[in-house]
Amino acid sequence: MQRCRYVHLWLLGSVLPICLISGVTSVNGDVALLHQESHLKPLSEFKSNLNQTEQDNGSRVITGISIVTFKWNHVKTPYLVALWILVAVLAKLVIESLPSFVTNVIPESALLIAFGWILGGIIWAADLQQTFSLTPRVFFYFLLPQIILDAGYSMPNKLFFTNLGGILLYAILGTVWCAATLGLSLWGCQAGGAMGALDIGLLQYLLFGSLIAAVDPVAVLAVFEQVHVNEVLFIMVFGESLLNDGVTVVLFNVFDAFVKLGGPGINAVEIIKGIISFFIVAFGGSLVGLAFGLLVALLSKYTKNIQIIEPGFIFVLGYLSYLTADMLSLSAILSVTFCGVSSQKYLNSNMAESSVNTVRYVMKVFANGSETIIFVFLGISAIDKTIWVWNTGFILLTLLFILVYRFIGTFIQTWWLNQYRLVPIALIDQLIMSYGGLRGAVAYGLAAMLDDQRIKEKKLMIGTTLIVVYFTVILQGLTMKPFVTWLKVKRAAVAEVTLVEKVQNKVFEHSLVAIEDISGQIGDNYLRGKWKIFEEKWMSRFLLTSEARKKQDYIFNVFHQLNLKDAVGYVDEGERRGSLEFVRNESAFIDFKKKFGDEFSEVMPDIMAAASDDPDAMRRNPVSSVSLQMHEKTMQGMRETEDIDAHHLLQQHLYKGRKQHLHRYSRNHFDINTDDNEVQEIFQRTMRNRLESFKSAKMGLAPAKTITKHTKKDQQQKMPNGKSTDTSKNYYANNEGFEFSEGASGLEASGGSFPFRVNYRAGAGIENPTFMPDQDPMAPTQIPPWQAEDEPDGSTVSPSQRAQVRLPWTPTNLRRLAPLRISNQSTDSFAQADTPASQEKDKKWPPPPPPPSDK
Amino acid sequence: MGASQTRTEHKYQDLADKTGFSLEQIENLHKRFQQLSDNEETISREQLDSIPSLANNPIRKQIIEAFFDKRNQHQNEVGSCEEIGFEQFLMVMSHFRPPSLKTTEEEKEAMRKEKLHFLFNMHDTDNDGTITLVEYRKVVEELLSKSGDIEQETVKAIADAAMLEVASTNVPHMAPDEFYEGITFEHFQQILKGLEMETRMHIRFLDVDTPTLRCGKSSS
Repeated sequence: MQRCRYVHLWLLGSVLPICLISGVTSVNGDVALLHQESHLKPLSEFKSNLNQTEQDNGSRVITGISIVTFKWNHVKTPYLVALWILVAVLAKLVIESLPSFVTNVIPESALLIAFGWILGGIIWAADLQQTFSLTPRVFFYFLLPQIILDAGYSMPNKLFFTNLGGILLYAILGTVWCAATLGLSLWGCQAGGAMGALDIGLLQYLLFGSLIAAVDPVAVLAVFEQVHVNEVLFIMVFGESLLNDGVTVVLFNVFDAFVKLGGPGINAVEIIKGIISFFIVAFGGSLVGLAFGLLVALLSKYTKNIQIIEPGFIFVLGYLSYLTADMLSLSAILSVTFCGVSSQKYLNSNMAESSVNTVRYVMKVFANGSETIIFVFLGISAIDKTIWVWNTGFILLTLLFILVYRFIGTFIQTWWLNQYRLVPIALIDQLIMSYGGLRGAVAYGLAAMLDDQRIKEKKLMIGTTLIVVYFTVILQGLTMKPFVTWLKVKRAAVAEVTLVEKVQNKVFEHSLVAIEDISGQIGDNYLRGKWKIFEEKWMSRFLLTSEARKKQDYIFNVFHQLNLKDAVGYVDEGERRGSLEFVRNESAFIDFKKKFGDEFSEVMPDIMAAASDDPDAMRRNPVSSVSLQMHEKTMQGMRETEDIDAHHLLQQHLYKGRKQHLHRYSRNHFDINTDDNEVQEIFQRTMRNRLESFKSAKMGLAPAKTITKHTKKDQQQKMPNGKSTDTSKNYYANNEGFEFSEGASGLEASGGSFPFRVNYRAGAGIENPTFMPDQDPMAPTQIPPWQAEDEPDGSTVSPSQRAQVRLPWTPTNLRRLAPLRISNQSTDSFAQADTPASQEKDKKWPPPPPPPSDK
Repeated sequence: MGASQTRTEHKYQDLADKTGFSLEQIENLHKRFQQLSDNEETISREQLDSIPSLANNPIRKQIIEAFFDKRNQHQNEVGSCEEIGFEQFLMVMSHFRPPSLKTTEEEKEAMRKEKLHFLFNMHDTDNDGTITLVEYRKVVEELLSKSGDIEQETVKAIADAAMLEVASTNVPHMAPDEFYEGITFEHFQQILKGLEMETRMHIRFLDVDTPTLRCGKSSS
């Protein structure tokens, strides 16, 4: 995260060139000039300027050492960038905290734009000119890529590719249609004299049409995320908006070239070249993205050892794919889209779970952040007198045509598409699809890129684009939700992930493929089936680690995840009840066992019956029993506050060294051993204890009373092997046991609070050479104080010794942590991990006299 | 020649009414049927089993079995037959016919139910109206059989957990001595309520002749 934030700063570093604060800059007047020009210069040059500034400053301060200097120009760039990010994020915060009836009605994007207006107004009032605006460079290089990458990376691949035909149709034909009709109609209207005298030719109109034709993914996502329409409709609109961005940019470039060529220079050859370049740019961009995506996937196969920076690769390579495609004058947007689409699956299975989560999170942070900034700046950009040239006819006609042609285009295309679609797109869905044609920042960015040498009416175009953006985002966004409700558009089903559903889903898919195979049809399912096989055979082998390949199976994954959820819920449950009690209290445990048993017979009698041939099999089976908890969990609902309480409680009672915990910092590892102090503390205390016991043994002094008390109970406890009515007895007894046990996962936390935990996680990563080795020789020779007391004659050390050694791995003690396992012969991995450890431990200890027969 | 032409056409028309396929589709499927059956009147399990592209399908057996299942023939019969003719072949296929624009909501609902029945029958191998745990385990086992590294125990556990879900969603309050025998069709419908099926469980039966050679029997 930290690292990425720096990247972000650097990325946005060039926001500064546009961000000139005129009022505050007069501190170092002579250097301010640099920045005024710098927005025309590339970033690298800008950086060197900054360095130069530093040197300048360094050379000037020879006359004396000033204790504090104010170097605004020094930090101006990053400072402003950071400030703007902060402002945008705060804006989001403010908007989200508005009462829910506002945020439910008005889409967030609209609110952000409105916020931008206010902010712009303030700046205008202060400066009397607009000092900040969204420049195409900043937008296309530093704000857009992460949004598109995020969209591609979180694309529901299957849905996307299933509907790819339709999406492509809308994205390519639809966009071209919109651009052409709009341009031609406006031109016609001008010829008809509807807009007064404007210096715009047909080509310029077409250029304008192409820049404003694209549905904007940022705006669409922002609005459609709040209206949960069904997935087919969503993917249609969303996929179209993603792909047609690429198409628009291409179209824009082609027309831009035409405009440069000028009217007479265009002949059939040029037009054909334009069409060819259109396809090359689009497909080339996609291919570049695909290549980069596969590269990331391949890389992620080998990043196991650098887990901390593992999540960074997708960002860097995603950005590189964007830049590479741009460099090759291919479609950068398509490139980064397909980079995300192609790599997601492999990344998610190759990387460690924490990395996957990190990627997801950081992706969202970036995308959400840029989106916010974009909308705020779209608002701010409007408050500028200099960009506004008003032409009512032009603006209104543009709005009208955009809306009308979008509807017409969608209906024609859908009609055509429905001839071939398996499941036709319903009329209502078509309406929403047409109405969801929101324009956004891409159009604005392109408009700002127009060359005002050749296009005289650039300002009018920018102004119109802004109005179109506002109209679509605010008005259409605002009415979208009521519209969807009113038309009763099929909403997305809230899918609850259950195993049965997953299983059936798979059965569906396989039967579809099979039926196609049998009927000899080459359909979608057939192709998908073949692709699957190909992927499993080749792609997975090259791109997935061997462990990841094992976990490929979908159902197994769901199962795994459900189990994980259960386990987490189970631990939470324990903590809520007070983990200490839960872990230590025998009666609580029994309670649980009983409850578990009840539930068992209640919910799955059939399973019990079915498993009757091997009655223990079910009970022993760790996985299925974990799943049992699922329903209890869901029924219990959220009790987060209590959880937090429990965590707090735990925190309070956890062991803390006498000295404050030193938070060690490591750039390479998350889970560093922060317990050094603790270990030392324990060591000291142990030594003190030993010293005391040594003294007591030697001089016949009675040791501290508390200690004796414990041991007595320990004795009582272990003899009848189990049930003790007194819970506190149990408490100590167990603790005593754990004194010598490996910290069975998690117990070291609770056990640690106890003052004399002698053996702190032997071999569990803490290397305290002075501490660990001397433990072994000490134990047999030394008579611990409590033993000295318990066995008054003092000569029979060994039975007690043995008892202590044995205690840890009596089932009631050790197995408590894996409570669902009722029998201790479980095949649970938990246990398997545990048992050898304790056996090893066994070997370390001096061989005790013959182990107790009752075990 | 002319007479036989009209006769087959007449027969096709009959089938078209019954199954809802268009005449062209029926003709295509008939070609395929003959290809699979080596120009015989009926087709056997082995012949279906030998389709090379099916080899990778984990639930191949169940699908093939479904073709020979009388319950899928809309004739209120149970049991399975050894060989099926073209009509039965079509009947099974017709479960996967996509809806058209004109299909009404009720018809869609009926189609959905039909499809669910098809799946249900596929799992309910002994025709007793319930999918028992043993049967369900078999389903999961076959489903996972192609994914290699998954152990028998895990398969069992998955099936059990899934069954448990069904039990607990359908019979939330079960007395301890009650016994959940298996998934009935109603329960089956209930648990798969959320599953988007109208838009998915279809196959495109093309009107034109597809290059059947590519996925046809390579042996023939």
